[in-house]
Amino acid sequence: MNLHEYQAKALFRDYGMPTPVGKKVTTAEQAEQAALSLDTANVVVKAQVHAGGRGKAGGVKLVETAKQARDVAESLLGTHLVTFQTDAKGQPINTLLIEETCTIDRELYLGAVIDRSAQRITLMASTEGGVNIEEVAEKTPEKILKININPMTGVMPFQCRELAFGLGLTGMQIREFTRILMGLGKLFVEKDLSLVEINPLVVTAEGNLLCLDGKINIDSSALFRHPDLVALQDVTQEDERELRAAKWDLNYVALEGNIGCMVNGAGLAMGTMDIIKLQGGDPANFLDVGGTATAERVAEAFKIILSDDKVKGVLVNIFGGIVRCDLIAEGVIAAIKEVAISVPVVVRLEGNRAVEGVNLLNSSGLELISATDLTDAANKIVAAVGA
Amino acid sequence: MSILINKETKVICQGFTGKQGTFHSEQAIAYGTQMVGGVTPGKGGQQHLGLPVFNTVKHAVETTQADASVIYVPAPFCKDSIVEAAEAGIALIVCITEGVPALDMLEAKMIVDSYGVRLIGPNCPGIITPEACKIGIMPGEIHQTGRVGIISRSGTLTYECVKQTSDLSFGQSTCIGIGGDPIPGTNFVDALGLFEDDPQTEAILMVGEIGGTSEEEAAEFIQSNVSKPVVAYIAGVTAPKGKRMGHAGAIIAGGKGTANEKFAALEAAGVYTVRSPAELGKGVADATGWK
Repeated sequence: MNLHEYQAKALFRDYGMPTPVGKKVTTAEQAEQAALSLDTANVVVKAQVHAGGRGKAGGVKLVETAKQARDVAESLLGTHLVTFQTDAKGQPINTLLIEETCTIDRELYLGAVIDRSAQRITLMASTEGGVNIEEVAEKTPEKILKININPMTGVMPFQCRELAFGLGLTGMQIREFTRILMGLGKLFVEKDLSLVEINPLVVTAEGNLLCLDGKINIDSSALFRHPDLVALQDVTQEDERELRAAKWDLNYVALEGNIGCMVNGAGLAMGTMDIIKLQGGDPANFLDVGGTATAERVAEAFKIILSDDKVKGVLVNIFGGIVRCDLIAEGVIAAIKEVAISVPVVVRLEGNRAVEGVNLLNSSGLELISATDLTDAANKIVAAVGA
Repeated sequence: MSILINKETKVICQGFTGKQGTFHSEQAIAYGTQMVGGVTPGKGGQQHLGLPVFNTVKHAVETTQADASVIYVPAPFCKDSIVEAAEAGIALIVCITEGVPALDMLEAKMIVDSYGVRLIGPNCPGIITPEACKIGIMPGEIHQTGRVGIISRSGTLTYECVKQTSDLSFGQSTCIGIGGDPIPGTNFVDALGLFEDDPQTEAILMVGEIGGTSEEEAAEFIQSNVSKPVVAYIAGVTAPKGKRMGHAGAIIAGGKGTANEKFAALEAAGVYTVRSPAELGKGVADATGWK
C-alpha cells in the first residue's frame, strides 16, 4: 500500500526526521489560507498523487503569493496528473500539500528497501540526489552507498557515520544525519514498510538537513497489525477494477490487449499471458483466481474481465491441484449463464477431476471451446478473437 | 535417492486440526507420507485423523521423533510457528501459508539459519518425493518417480512441470516449490546444490518469475557448480512494469529482474531455456536427448 507525500512526512516527523512546514489542503480556498499562514516568502504547491515524476509533469509549482497559490490549486485540483510512472489516464489530484520553501545547498538521496539477496533491510544514500537517481545507480553504481541492517541491532550509529562521511557531511550535520537514519530504520521496522525514499534529502544554505520529499510503501501482508496505516489508504489512487477484484480476493491487473485471462496461480497466469503473446495474441489482463475458486468468485472474475470493453474473448486456464476442475466448470457455467457472455470463451482444465470438468462443459449446451493443452488453448483463443 | 525427504521422513503438522491442516494431512496420509502427529495449542492429548495432537512442537518431537514439520497456521502466527519448530529440533520446516509479513520472514530466516535448519516457503506448494513423501498441497497423482529435479517459484507452474515430465515418462526425483515471497527460506541456489549432489537427479528443471535477482544468482551458481543439464523457464516476459512508487526497488536490483534479463543470464551460464510454459517437458527432452 502506498502513502501520499504528506502522510509520509507526518510519519517522518513522528520519528524525529525533519521536514519542511506544510499543510494538506483539498480546496483552492484552503490553499490560499495555508499559504498565508506559512512563514516563507515563496511557497510550493505539490500535487498529492501515488506516482513519481510529479515535478516534470507539472504537479509541483513554486508560487510567490497566496493568491497565486489559490490559482495554482484551482488549476490542479480535480484534474489528472500524467507522469512517466502512471498510465495514460494519470492519477487524480484531490489533495495538495502547501509547503514552506528553503534555499538548497546540496541535494542528497536516501532510500530504504528490503534487499532480497542480502535478506536484510538495506539503507542507501547518494550525493547525487534529485530526479535522475535511477540513472546514477545504473551508470555509476559506486555513487550509491549502502548499509545492511542486522535485525538484532537495528541501525547502528557507526553505520550512520560511515554513510555521513561518504556523503561528505561535516560537523553537526553528521549528528543530524545519524538521527535521521536511526529514525528511518526504526520507522521502517515499526510500521512494516517495504520501501522508503527521501529524494531529495537537502542540505540547506544554513547547513541543516531536511527531508524535502517522501515516498512510503507499506508491506500489505502486515496491514493486519497497523489499523492506523490502513486508515491512510486513498482509494481514489487505485484502479477501480483492481479494487473490486481485491474485495473478492482476486488478483487483477488491467493490460492493453483484447484477450481476457482467468487463471489459477500467479506464475501460471503470467505464463498464460506469455503464451498468448507467443501465439500472436495480446492479453487484456492478468487475473489470478487463487487456490479456492468458488462458483461465485469465478462469476465475479468474469464480470470484472468483461467490464473492460476491449475484451473480445476470454481464456480460462485452470490447473487443478487441490482445486477440483468439476467445481470450476460448474462455476464457469453458472457465470456464463448469469453474465450472458457474448464473446468466445476457451476453457482448458487440467489436473484434479479435469475429465469430469470437461464433460460438464461439453454437456452444458453453452458455446464453449474446450482445449486440451496450453498451446492448444492459446491458439484457439487467438483464432477466436481473430484478426 | 531424492533430496530432503523420503519414505523414512516423519512429519508433523502445525495447525493440524484447522481446515487446511486437516484436509492436507488427510491427503498426505493417503499418499503414504509418514505423518506422526500434529500440533494445535490447547488440543494436546486429543486424537485427530487417528494421530496424536500435541500442545507444543517440543512435546511432539520428544514423543514422535518427527524430523519435518508442515505449517498451515494463519500468516500472523507463522513467525512464531517457524521459530518454535526450529527450537524444537525439527530439521525441515515447510511453510505453506501465504501473506506472511516480509519483516517476520527476515527474522525467522535469520533464526532458522542460526540453527542450521532447512526452511521451505512460505507461500509455496511444498515439497514432494514421488511415491514416498508428500509435504504440502500439490496433487500427488500427477507425480511419477524418476530423474528430473524440479524447482519453482510458482505453485501451478510446478504442476505444469510435473505433468509434462510425467507425460514423457521422465518422472521426478523431488519437486520443491520455493515460493514467490521476497524472503524465501530456500532459494534456487540452495535447491540446485542439493540436486547436483543427488545421484537420482539427472537433470534439473527450474521455473522462475520476474522480480528479484534469485534467477541471476542461480545462473552464476550453475556456471561453476552444476554439471547436470538445467532447463529453465521464466514467467512474465509480457508482464508490464506497471505503476510503481520511487526508484529504490530498481536501484537495489541494479537493472536486473526482468524476464529477458533473467533468460539472458541463464543462457550465458549454459542453461537450456524455453520461452513457452507448454514446452517445459520438451525442453528437458531436448537438453538431455532423452526419448
